[in-house]
Amino acid sequence: MTRFRVSVHIIPRRGLLDPQGKAVTDALHTLGFAGVGEVHVGRHLVIETSAKDVSAAEASVRTMCERLLANPVTEDFEIAGVVKE
Amino acid sequence: MKVGIVRFPGSNCEDDAFHAVVDQLGEEAVMLWHKDHDLQGSDVVILPGGFSYGDYLRAGAIARFSPIMREVALHAGKGGIVLGICNGFQIACEAGLLPGALLRNDAGYRSMPVTIRVEHTNTAFTSAATVGQCLTMPIAHGEGRFAASEDVLDQLENDAQVLFRYVDAAGEATVDANPNGAMRNIAGVCNAARNVIGLMPHPERAVDPLLGSEDGLVLFESLLVAAHA
Repeated sequence: MTRFRVSVHIIPRRGLLDPQGKAVTDALHTLGFAGVGEVHVGRHLVIETSAKDVSAAEASVRTMCERLLANPVTEDFEIAGVVKE
Repeated sequence: MKVGIVRFPGSNCEDDAFHAVVDQLGEEAVMLWHKDHDLQGSDVVILPGGFSYGDYLRAGAIARFSPIMREVALHAGKGGIVLGICNGFQIACEAGLLPGALLRNDAGYRSMPVTIRVEHTNTAFTSAATVGQCLTMPIAHGEGRFAASEDVLDQLENDAQVLFRYVDAAGEATVDANPNGAMRNIAGVCNAARNVIGLMPHPERAVDPLLGSEDGLVLFESLLVAAHA
């Protein structure tokens, strides 16, 4: 078994009202960042885990997202990176 | 009737629920610790309001894995009555006992009285009320915006599972009457079997004129009707 650090992004599902993202968008516009379109505020998790290889580590974190880390009704997730420790 | 009230780390409305059941309804209630595996013979289980596990990750996301939730799910599966109030509603949704999810409010944390309209009375928590009856009671939450896919929302409407809606003084479900941006002004729902009920407002904090409202009593009295049916 090898130790891996798996990064995962969890973001509100597109189309659902994201009040945090909306507030940040408005603040960025106020600061003069006129090019900013939508902003989405989510969570970034870094999970240290043992697995036999990269794909097993990624598969394990996917299952964690489906069962706990992301809400299947309102959130999407993506594995942002898998790094061997 | 015996009511079991689950105390999670961070629950803060369990004593209010206890007061509503014992002092106002005159029924038996027992506190259940979330790490136990025993409902102590409860006929009704209340998942109370609060901030279980500090709302870490998502409100209710961690509490749903508390040991006692296995027994609560078994109880619900056998047709036993489960009532989720505020954080308890969030926990029930996270546990899959109720449809949908409760997202961050569109305008931040809200603590205020709201008026909700009873949409259906064929559940154990609404049977003593009348269809269209308007009840005033407090809300106090930051994550109460009910959300589900349009298909699920339509199905909930068709199957009469939307039990409560936020309404204005005239009893209309307007945008202004909606305190958190909930889809279709939904304040509370039940499951398909109609024995698991969840709502964001706090009926247990509206059971005495001293509390500013006793409109919540009719909902607790409904439990008695069900228990003695």
